[in-house]
Amino acid sequence: MKFTWFHLMPYRFLPEDFKEKYRSVWVDIPRNLYDPKVGHRLYNDYLDQLEYADAMGYDGLGVNEHHQNAYGMMPSPNLMAASLTRRTRNANLVVLGNSIALYNPPIRVAEEFAMLDVMSGGRLIAGFPVGTSMDDNFCYGAVPATLREKYYEAHDLIVKAWKEREMFSFNGKYTQLRYVNLWPRPIQQPHPPIWIPGGGSVETYDFCADHDYQYSFLSYFGYIAGKKVADGYWEVMSKKGKEMNPYSMGFAQVVAVSETDKQAEKDYAPHMDYFYNRCLHVYQGFADAPGYRTVKTIKAGMLGQVGDRAAMRREGLSWNDFVEQGYVIAGSPQTVRERLREAMKMLNCGHLMLLMQIGSMPPELVRKNTQLFATEVMPFMRDLWSDFEDRWSPKRLPQNEIATPAAVHFESKTTNGTAARSGVSQEVRSAK
Amino acid sequence: MNTTVKVLNGKFSIEMQTFGSGGEPLLYLHGAGGNTGIEGFLEELGKDFKVYAPHFPGYGESTGNEHIDDVIDAALFYHQLMDELGIPAANIVGHSMGGMLAAEIAALDVHRAKKLLLASPAGFWLDANPIPDFFAAQLDEIGALLFHDPKSPMAQMMTAIPEDFKALETMYVERVKRLATASKFLWPIPDRGLKKRAYRIQSPTLVVWGESDRLIPPVYAREFTSRIKGSKLETIKQAGHMLMYEQPEAFVKTVRNFIKG
Repeated sequence: MKFTWFHLMPYRFLPEDFKEKYRSVWVDIPRNLYDPKVGHRLYNDYLDQLEYADAMGYDGLGVNEHHQNAYGMMPSPNLMAASLTRRTRNANLVVLGNSIALYNPPIRVAEEFAMLDVMSGGRLIAGFPVGTSMDDNFCYGAVPATLREKYYEAHDLIVKAWKEREMFSFNGKYTQLRYVNLWPRPIQQPHPPIWIPGGGSVETYDFCADHDYQYSFLSYFGYIAGKKVADGYWEVMSKKGKEMNPYSMGFAQVVAVSETDKQAEKDYAPHMDYFYNRCLHVYQGFADAPGYRTVKTIKAGMLGQVGDRAAMRREGLSWNDFVEQGYVIAGSPQTVRERLREAMKMLNCGHLMLLMQIGSMPPELVRKNTQLFATEVMPFMRDLWSDFEDRWSPKRLPQNEIATPAAVHFESKTTNGTAARSGVSQEVRSAK
Repeated sequence: MNTTVKVLNGKFSIEMQTFGSGGEPLLYLHGAGGNTGIEGFLEELGKDFKVYAPHFPGYGESTGNEHIDDVIDAALFYHQLMDELGIPAANIVGHSMGGMLAAEIAALDVHRAKKLLLASPAGFWLDANPIPDFFAAQLDEIGALLFHDPKSPMAQMMTAIPEDFKALETMYVERVKRLATASKFLWPIPDRGLKKRAYRIQSPTLVVWGESDRLIPPVYAREFTSRIKGSKLETIKQAGHMLMYEQPEAFVKTVRNFIKG
């Protein structure tokens, strides 16, 4: 079993009456709700949290791309991943991912991912989401009817750019390039592992199965609701005669560990409420642009996780409901171990994407959650799926070929003139 | 009468209504919402003209949507359809998105439109008068955007939300199919460069607008009348964006007078 510590990077200070006053957390959220000074502190906190997760032995650090969104402040996850290359050593960088249909030309993604792979010594996992309707259609203006075709073409170009040994020309419908000549090229050959984050579109199952890509279901609804999607994926895999290898699937789950079940409620309940009622408050009109989902997917009953329909399912849920319905796996380490094992077996999932900073959770609580999980839960789940080979994780450079940043023993002056030592290396060392 | 027309040996299969048997040909191009089978004004026009009302590829039973990427493809598709129908030139009436395409048909080949009537056409964007985002509008918000009087029986009928889940799903899927097609010409902003081509339109042109159009405000009429030489504007009272549904008699009269005049 492998564990990725996944950050959404939410804005933690939306007003109490956000839901009543504004129609959406995404696309047309008023800009005056964002304070850049607060943003500065949050990015710093969040990078700390990811670096701490690396030190605590998580297998991967996850970041993703959203636009004009108060629960996901990463228009460019690549910037975050680049920051992480310097101060993390072990964890894979799971960039899940770049919405490749939005990049013009998409070769930009091949370049930046190559840079990240080289900078990190081959620790990159390359995620290619179609992207949400909010991001692609409403924020970035992509025409819904042609989005998927554009996505597939961008994918073909990027993968070819990584694989080809010679310069080539690309005559696509959306992108034409006379000279495709990737420089730099990735460390991992022929390319970093490709993970496809999905939201329940049935076409994505086929796409993953046909290309041997890992399918990651980034759900906020938890494992019980997620079973339908997982079953759909495995059904396609089985029909196509593919190996039912749990590592070919990832699943995102909110996990909250505390000393006892009761304490977990006390610690985390307000932040769950913030997440589900403020962060996921999305205007229904942005949830599904006409043509974003194919008719096949709509008929399969796969509607989105945001908007009114999703909110209706969550309306009036108490902490106990959230726990019982699997939105969150929470409680004492013992409880979390049991439920998580059950959940992963139910989904046949080998790559767990842990959402451990949720909504308004402050740094101390994130640290507690991260630490308790790493020490009290993770070791007890490592044995799961040990019979299977994980073919979807990076093949990094051997340790003796890894370049390391120079030591940070400089003294820096703070504004009031007192010397402050950079606490970075100390903290990481003490965490190990 | 309902017919199916195969265009380019079946590359496109087009569902089409025809009305009337005599008179000059009149090609009617529907808006983004499509024809829904309650187009009484077309039947009425059939008394004076031979009316052809094709469903655009992706609408109704019409296929071949995948062969059309942009307004140029769409206009050339119509040129081909007109040739195969044996009406290489016709009076063309287009509503909303259909008005935008009608203007393109006439601009790209000056011999196609004998007379051109554009009813609340799309095709332009004014920063000072942004067009509301119809694609993001919810089912219960559409009435107010489309109709002068959203409470009128016609408006109520056209915007009814079915209670039955199966019927709602069918309606949702239909809406998705139609608007996805429309997104090729209208998303995210309904301007595909008509401003560069409109000067080519040489046929007599009438622009018709619903006085209380809240989707494409009447101020947009000037974008057409100022660019199309000799064109005139007529406004229909107590009508919104769906003018021909709200005021069918006034609309039919306007069309008849313009084409026969």
